[in-house]
Amino acid sequence: MKVGIIRFPGSNCDRDVFHVLELVGAKPDYVWWNTRDLSDYEAIVIPGGFSYGDYLRAGAIAAITPIIDGIKDCVSEGKPVLGICNGAQILAEVGLVPGVFTENENAKFICEWTDLKVESVKTPFTRLYKKNEIIKMPIAHAEGRYYTENIQELRDNDQIVLSFESENPNGSMEAITGVCDEEGLVCAVMPHPERASESILGSDDGRKFFEGIMKFR
Amino acid sequence: MSKKNLGDVMKYDAEVRISLKKGMLNPEAATIQRALALLEYQVENTSTVDLIRFQMEGNSEDAVRDEVDEMCQRLLCNPVIHDYTIEISPKEE
Repeated sequence: MKVGIIRFPGSNCDRDVFHVLELVGAKPDYVWWNTRDLSDYEAIVIPGGFSYGDYLRAGAIAAITPIIDGIKDCVSEGKPVLGICNGAQILAEVGLVPGVFTENENAKFICEWTDLKVESVKTPFTRLYKKNEIIKMPIAHAEGRYYTENIQELRDNDQIVLSFESENPNGSMEAITGVCDEEGLVCAVMPHPERASESILGSDDGRKFFEGIMKFR
Repeated sequence: MSKKNLGDVMKYDAEVRISLKKGMLNPEAATIQRALALLEYQVENTSTVDLIRFQMEGNSEDAVRDEVDEMCQRLLCNPVIHDYTIEISPKEE
């Protein structure tokens, strides 16, 4: 299964994602931001990093690059799209998922392990978890505080994917740290599943995010 | 064709001020206010704005304003959290 990993200037979790996708048996490939045609790929991952130096707002400049049209085509063809950290910020800026990830409540970069609750299992990335399962994955961001004007709509449509379990380190609305589109095909999460996919690194709780793509369809 | 046929093309100064919507948490402003308090300045309702300035050509102030408004909606602002104001004036020589 061919999975495209989108690279922007400033992406820096691309190789970690590549490594884990290989571990679960996928055929990952790097795709540069100016590519328009993504028809070769069956799934897309937008990795973390600091695309375009986070200038203006995290993800704002990546959101207007040609590859975004290619990603939109993938979505309309029913292919799963996962955005991790900066990838999640980009998907929110594009409007493929609702709301924004903005400056942390304490105005600091937070890098730590967090306990998370898997709220929705309707996405390809979370369908191998049990609903309300508690998992451990790290966060590493300065702009991760989730905010939306339509919280009720998210609840009604089962669009809340992940929330912080015990603490709410960045001040997110209702401790939300992962959301998806209405269908559940596009998933945006601030925590890093690729950094929690091998027990030697402290947790392999995130691995099912990638295994879920493999067994999808 | 001379430029005359297009109307008077002039250079304008454009200024976009981007602020957080009312009620949105502003961690930067809160930090500044706490820092001022460390210096024993008691201030309240601290806020910050982003200011983006540039120059561009256009046929009229209104036409330039419309184009800058489009820039705000497509890139400069995120409508979920931001309000913005635009000021256009003939470029100062």
